[in-house]
Amino acid sequence: MLQPGLTDTELISKILQGEQSFFAQLVERYQNYVFTLVLRFTDSREDAEEISQDIFVKAYRSLADFRGESKFSTWLYTIVRTSCITFLRKKKLDITSIDNERTFLQLENRESGFTANSIEQKSRHAMVNEAIRLLSPDDAQLITLFYKGEQSLEEIGKVMGLEANTVKVKLHRARHRLKEKMEKYFSHEVREIQGD
Amino acid sequence: MKYVRYKEIEKNFFMDTPIQIEERLWDYIDGLSSPAERSAIEVLITENIEWQNKYKELLHVHQMMDAAELAAPSMRFTKNVMEEIARLHVAPATKTYINKNIIRTIGAFFLTMIAGFLVFCLGQFKWSGSGSSSSFLPRYDLNLDTKMKEFNWSKLFNSGYTNIFMLVLVILGLVMLDMYLQRRKQQHLEAQGNKEA
Repeated sequence: MLQPGLTDTELISKILQGEQSFFAQLVERYQNYVFTLVLRFTDSREDAEEISQDIFVKAYRSLADFRGESKFSTWLYTIVRTSCITFLRKKKLDITSIDNERTFLQLENRESGFTANSIEQKSRHAMVNEAIRLLSPDDAQLITLFYKGEQSLEEIGKVMGLEANTVKVKLHRARHRLKEKMEKYFSHEVREIQGD
Repeated sequence: MKYVRYKEIEKNFFMDTPIQIEERLWDYIDGLSSPAERSAIEVLITENIEWQNKYKELLHVHQMMDAAELAAPSMRFTKNVMEEIARLHVAPATKTYINKNIIRTIGAFFLTMIAGFLVFCLGQFKWSGSGSSSSFLPRYDLNLDTKMKEFNWSKLFNSGYTNIFMLVLVILGLVMLDMYLQRRKQQHLEAQGNKEA
């Protein structure tokens, strides 16, 4: 995920000194991470791109508040989370409990989408991503943060306001649900992979 | 010897439900198990077919998640962000403009309000410490509904409690106003200094 060159802290200190162009490097470095996390909240790529852009603008504006006590990605995730929740509120979607799985209707639509597409042609990566998208936004984000955000349980707990042990239990459950989804919707592919 | 050790471990993990087995294996895969647990799980993975199969299954899921790629936004994404921020500046750090004294004064203001309200409410009870041997606690009349009807509201602003309470609030209000005006004055002077420079 990370590219060689200046570290995040070095880039941030240059930006704070007025060298705005260095922010492009930060954007390049974290755009996929932010975009993927946002996609866990919304199905629309257009919306996800708009929110992600907004997140980077907010991050730039409040960069002076980053004290370097945590990883930049951890700090960035706090903006991702609040921005996504604000977006969902604006859209008047039901976010009373983002722990709940997405609605049955959404699942049904996705299921029909899967059968229409020839899953055989999809790569393993795409299959995992599709399975993750079937999870609740919280489960999906947790898995993304753990596997792709290079975040420890303590760091995830810090941004989510949870104990590291609670995060561990939530992660276990999220992975269990992901495994169930994969077995339910991609059993053939899973068997093929396991047979490799 | 190895068999004896295996039997010992199996006995300890015998009560594990499939969910618990999964949790132990996830901890093992994530490297979160203790060294003792780790070596026990290693033995179980080698010797017990159920643990072995579950381990293989979870390891596949883990590897797939590890290898999953992140989604990428459009090619113009960075350019769009840079165009957006071109007309913006980094805002000053929150701690530079949030004065802790102001926060403390606001806190004191609300605490005084709550304390004043509590003192006033408690003052409305009829404390009748009769000194009876049956109870150490003073007796009080909790029939608030009747008390509220009986209550003479015109007396409220003439009571000592209210006067003291209002006085404290006015002082705190003036302190806050003074702090605000001082800050404005300072900012104004700084702006003038910058212009002259």
